[in-house]
Amino acid sequence: MPLITYIDHKGNAFEADVPVGDSVMQGAVDNMIDGIIGECGGACACATCHCIVEDAWFEKTGPASDEEKLMLEMSSEMQDNSRLSCQIEVTDDLDGLVVHMPQSQY
Amino acid sequence: MNSDSIAVIIGGSHAASQLIASLRQEGWIGRILVISDEKQLPYHRPPLSKTYLSGEKTPENLLIRKPAVYEKLNVKWLLETHVEFIDRATKSVVLGNGERLKYDKLALCTGARVKKLAIAGSDLSGIHYLRNLSDAEAIKKDIKHGGRAVIIGGGYIGLETAALLRKMGMAVDVLVHSSRVLRRVTAGPVSDFFTRLHSQEGIQIHTREKPDSFEGDKQVESVICASGKRFLADLVIIGIGVTPNTELAEACGLPVDDGIIVDEFCASEEDRDIVAVGDCAKHPSSIYNRFLRLESVPNASEQAMSAAATMCGKIKPYAVVPWFWSDQYDIKLQMAGLNDDYDQMVIRGDIDNSRSFVAWYFLNGKLVAADCVNRPQEFRLAQQMLKNGINPSPEELADDNLGVKQLLELIE
Repeated sequence: MPLITYIDHKGNAFEADVPVGDSVMQGAVDNMIDGIIGECGGACACATCHCIVEDAWFEKTGPASDEEKLMLEMSSEMQDNSRLSCQIEVTDDLDGLVVHMPQSQY
Repeated sequence: MNSDSIAVIIGGSHAASQLIASLRQEGWIGRILVISDEKQLPYHRPPLSKTYLSGEKTPENLLIRKPAVYEKLNVKWLLETHVEFIDRATKSVVLGNGERLKYDKLALCTGARVKKLAIAGSDLSGIHYLRNLSDAEAIKKDIKHGGRAVIIGGGYIGLETAALLRKMGMAVDVLVHSSRVLRRVTAGPVSDFFTRLHSQEGIQIHTREKPDSFEGDKQVESVICASGKRFLADLVIIGIGVTPNTELAEACGLPVDDGIIVDEFCASEEDRDIVAVGDCAKHPSSIYNRFLRLESVPNASEQAMSAAATMCGKIKPYAVVPWFWSDQYDIKLQMAGLNDDYDQMVIRGDIDNSRSFVAWYFLNGKLVAADCVNRPQEFRLAQQMLKNGINPSPEELADDNLGVKQLLELIE
């Protein structure tokens, strides 16, 4: 099962095994990792699962879709490699993925 | 609280699922027992009228958390189990089979149930409501390409299912009792937009039609309205609202008024060992200065976080801007705030000729709500403005030549 590392705004790292096919958001919710809320359950409607993909992984996750970008642009913490974690599907390729959670989600 | 303390949760949906997680996060070291009359562990309900009905999601995809997560959180489940009554004197709940279970803290996450349409023929097969997974499964079996569907009710459930059935190749008539769709939740011009949208997609919306009876042998064949009109139907879905499940609370003497009355910490003032969360709870809103009962997932989840703190002896008041969303065709409707009381509404964008606009609602010059159609940026802006009590002028908000970034600067 792919291992995903979630790093909070203070730099604390939390690791979770997340099944292939789940979203990165679901992985955080299932493992009680704070900082990714996922209010809408993955419908790309709430932007409470904003994460910043570590540079080395951004090529593998790919960029945000247009719809995602519109939501993300309203966050003061948006960076070039920001994504909504509900829109990143976990694959074997993402084993080792590292994402950072923005301060505003705490 | 100690490791022998028992938290009992009645109900097993969004509120319960968040409450379980939040209880452990707040430091509840005691036992957690969930009693639910459903067959499944908590699942996402919003997709039932959206991606689940269209077959994009399986029941497993719908689970809010996986079974292993609850095991890790050391939660005991009594599924398909009915609670008969709550005995506050002995702090216990009594099940349908007579079994008595003690609690130290009790959470009522009992949700709401659909309102039923009691007219002649309403027990024919092919007539459905939509609240639970089992309802959605039954509907799925009756969907057939080229068939006819009649939707009774012009609220979110009605319009979302209408859109889906149309996409799946059914001819769809929507019967609305009142003068317009979404009457309870939006202003006239926005209702007109949705009526136009559905007719562009090939759906017939019939207002001021009151179903009087269903006809058919065993299977429904038509809906007869009081006007005398007859609508042919292979499938009927009724979405005419819900009633909060407050009977258990009322029977044990807790204050109830179209919802279990709680304070801003989700506790009943009558008995602070009992909290109520989600669709069944009525809470005081500091933003709107009145009691609100909200039917939404974000409300259930956020209240659960507050209630978990209360159950653990901590303080975390619930004070959030309500929000809702709906998906129909290529439309993402996101609503921030409450628009049931307003005296001015302005539109940003072209509501008549496009599928992208915002309706801003004001009361006494104060922004109270926004309906955003394919405008996720304005939605986020509206949430921030409502949360922080920021009040741009209606003229500024209506000016689509001002970019969202410029509006953001106005409020910053």
